[in-house]
Amino acid sequence: MNVLILTILIGLGSSVAGYLGSLTGLGGGFIIIPMLTLAFGVDIRYAIGTSLIAVIATSSGAAAAYVREGFSNIRIGMFLEIATTAGAVVGAFLALRLPTHAIAVIFGLVLMNSAYLSSRPQDESRRTQASDRFAALLKMNGTYPTPHGPKSYGVRSVPAGFGLMAIAGVLSGLLGIGSGAVKVLAMDQAMRLPFKVSTATSNFMIGVTAAASAGIYLNKGYIDPVLTMPVVLGVLIGSMLGARHLFGVETRKLRTIFGAVIVVLAAQMIYSGLKGWIIK
Amino acid sequence: MNTAVPASMNHRMEVIIGALLRAGVVFSGSVVFLGGLVYLSRHGLETVDYRVFQGEPEDLCHVGGIAKNALALHGRGLIQLGLLFLIATPLARVALSLFAFAYQRDKLYVAVTLFVLGVLIYSLLYR
Repeated sequence: MNVLILTILIGLGSSVAGYLGSLTGLGGGFIIIPMLTLAFGVDIRYAIGTSLIAVIATSSGAAAAYVREGFSNIRIGMFLEIATTAGAVVGAFLALRLPTHAIAVIFGLVLMNSAYLSSRPQDESRRTQASDRFAALLKMNGTYPTPHGPKSYGVRSVPAGFGLMAIAGVLSGLLGIGSGAVKVLAMDQAMRLPFKVSTATSNFMIGVTAAASAGIYLNKGYIDPVLTMPVVLGVLIGSMLGARHLFGVETRKLRTIFGAVIVVLAAQMIYSGLKGWIIK
Repeated sequence: MNTAVPASMNHRMEVIIGALLRAGVVFSGSVVFLGGLVYLSRHGLETVDYRVFQGEPEDLCHVGGIAKNALALHGRGLIQLGLLFLIATPLARVALSLFAFAYQRDKLYVAVTLFVLGVLIYSLLYR
C-alpha cells in the first residue's frame, strides 16, 4: 500500500473516530490506538505518539467552545494540572521502559474501565453549595450557566481529587490518551462538582496534560509526521461535525453501541498483548 | 468565604482563552495540512512500514531540527512544525493564564501556574 492510499484510509477512519468520540463524549483517542495497531498493524509506540497529538487537537478545539460557554472552572483546572502534568511526565518515562505488550494489555484494561465509568448514570444529588476549608482557600467555588441564570456550586475533597488526577496523568502519559473518564470521576465523584462543570473542566485540562508528555514522545521519535497528519486532521474534522450534530441525535443509544465497540476493541488489545507476551 | 474575583474578569479571561485555543488549532492544522500536501505530492507513491518501530530521524525529534527542516520546506519538517504549534497551544493557554492571575494579584495561582508551565517547558525541551 502506498503512502497516499494509507493516508486516505487512516484519515477516513480517524474522521469516524473523531465524529463518534465527540457525539458520545468519550473522545476519539480511544479508537485511534486500536485502529492503528489492530487494523493497520502500526507499532504501538507510533500509535501512542499519534493518539496523544490527536488528543491535544480535539481537546483544544472542544475546550475553546466549552470555555466560552462558561462551564469550565479555570482555577480548579489549573490547580489539578499540577497533578496531571507531573503524572504525565512520569507516565511518558514509564512508556519508554515498559515492554510494548504490557502497554497493550494495560491499554485494554483502562479502555474497559473507562467505558464502564462513562456508562454510569449521573447522580446530581450529591452536589454541594458549601466548599470545605481547603477548597475555599483555593478559591475553587464558582457558578455555571443554567436556563434560570447562573447557579453557584461548592467544592469538596480536593486531596482525593488531586490524587485521582495524578493517576489520570500517569495513564495519559503512558497510553497516549486523554483519560477524560478518570478526570471526570475525580471532579464529579470526589470533588462533587456539577457534571457539566466536570466534563468541561476535564476537557480543558486534557490538552495541557497531553502536552506535558508530548515533548518527551517527540524527542524519543514516537511521533511520525506522515502517520500523524491524517489522524490529526481526520479527528479534528470528525469531532467538529460531531459537535455540530450533538443535539440532533439520540445520544443514549449511540453511547451504548459505542460502549460495546470499545469493549470489543479493548478485549482484542488485551488478547494481542498477551499473545505477543507469551509467544515471545 | 467568598471569592474575591469579579465574575466579569473571569469571563473576559475565558473569552480570550477560547479564542486563543481556537486560533492555535486552526493555525497548526493548516500548517500540518500544507506539509501533508507537500509530502504527498513528492512521496505519495512510495511505501511505508510502521510495523517495526525505528524512531524518527534525529532531525525531526527536537525544536531546532524541525525548524530547520520546515524552513527548507520539506514536507515532513512542515508537518512536524505544525504539530509543534499544536503542542504549544495548551502551553500558550497556560502562559496566558499566568498573566491573568498576575493581573489579579493572585499569588497562589501565579505559583500554581508557574509550576505547570515549568513542567510543560521541561517536557518540550527534554533531550
